[in-house]
Amino acid sequence: MAATTLVKLRDVAVNAGSTPILRNVGLEIRPGEVVGLFGANGAGKTTLLRVIATLLRPAAGTAVVLGANLDGDERYAIRHRIGMIGHVPGLYPELTLGENLRFAARVAGAADDAVEEALETVGLLGAIDRSAGESSHGMQRRAEFARELMLDRDLLLLDEPHSALDRDAVQLVNGLVGKIAANGGGAILVSHDRERVVAVADRSVELSGGSLA
Amino acid sequence: MTTGFGSQVAAVVRRDLRRERRRGDVLWITIPFGAVALLLLPLAVGTDSVLLQRIGPGMFWLTVMLFGVLVSVGRASVQTQAQRDAVSLLGLDPAAGYVGRSASAAALLIVYELIVGAVAVVLYDIDLVGIPWLIATLLLVAAGLGLLGALAASLVDSASAGSALVPLLVAPLSVPLLLGATQAYEGLRFGDSILRWMLLMAAVVLAVAVVGVITARPLQET
Repeated sequence: MAATTLVKLRDVAVNAGSTPILRNVGLEIRPGEVVGLFGANGAGKTTLLRVIATLLRPAAGTAVVLGANLDGDERYAIRHRIGMIGHVPGLYPELTLGENLRFAARVAGAADDAVEEALETVGLLGAIDRSAGESSHGMQRRAEFARELMLDRDLLLLDEPHSALDRDAVQLVNGLVGKIAANGGGAILVSHDRERVVAVADRSVELSGGSLA
Repeated sequence: MTTGFGSQVAAVVRRDLRRERRRGDVLWITIPFGAVALLLLPLAVGTDSVLLQRIGPGMFWLTVMLFGVLVSVGRASVQTQAQRDAVSLLGLDPAAGYVGRSASAAALLIVYELIVGAVAVVLYDIDLVGIPWLIATLLLVAAGLGLLGALAASLVDSASAGSALVPLLVAPLSVPLLLGATQAYEGLRFGDSILRWMLLMAAVVLAVAVVGVITARPLQET
């Protein structure tokens, strides 16, 4: 990985209409680093993740992610290297878990047989034909982790990564985060569960009122 | 790790049609609704067979247009923010997404046109003249409405507006297609040239496709 920093934000601001959501946010994440991000409800944690994921353009400040300036079109070229799992599942409920992952594999250019392998790793191979809508929240999250595993991301953004997961799945998530970091990637873990995140993160930052403390 | 434009379009089409098959909105709700609308029309205008034969094609195309609007409304609310984010991070080219959504909507419209068209032919005793041109008309209308609907859905999603806005965007823009389709059939019936009407529909399809592809990326962004 060529970039010396994975994420570099300086004075980033995001507004929703006239309401500021993020103000003067500065954050740097180096290769191999796992960062815990904490904050009260409405502090702007999810918004910050969406900025770093290139899905939300900042109103002010500079943001460079995986070497791409988020102001320009270069951000599109790095999107496939960023994985994000929000607290609401992004799977299609009408499709099976396998079909959801096959769709992701086909769009991203991964091999079809990587789907079975990824689902097996997260313990869901037996549920490959189960509809996502009829799967539990925990199973859907595990399927999303399987997707990220399959797509070999460089930067992983996880919103409440441990919620709705049993102990085995938590270990699995931590293992995935550790693997990405070991390969020179990085991760941001947003959570209210400080204890679990601190156990896997290299450092933590706190977001309060739209600014990093 | 990214893939080609064609593969991405194919993946989106397959996803949309699979989702539609499981939801069954088109097959079990909209197609029967269209057929019932055609069945009810004689109750409103009377059972004069000559009159029905004359207005039947126009009524059929009108239901196609209304159905196109319904498909578009469905498309506008079919993806959640989490799903859109997940797809963006797969590296999906927004233009490929637009073309794929348009193609799947057009495929659904073709199914509608064939089934409800058969109902219209039986009910109104419509003459099937110039079948190759009729097929071309069906395809152009389906493509045009599919492209228009996907564009309107993208606009509504981008502006975070309610899907109720979609009919207001699609209905006026689909008038040239409705006009072209009805006039082309009349031309075929009376042996007139239909070239200008086919060109009108093709021009609409081309224009909407170009606008949709060009605006796909800016409309995806927030």
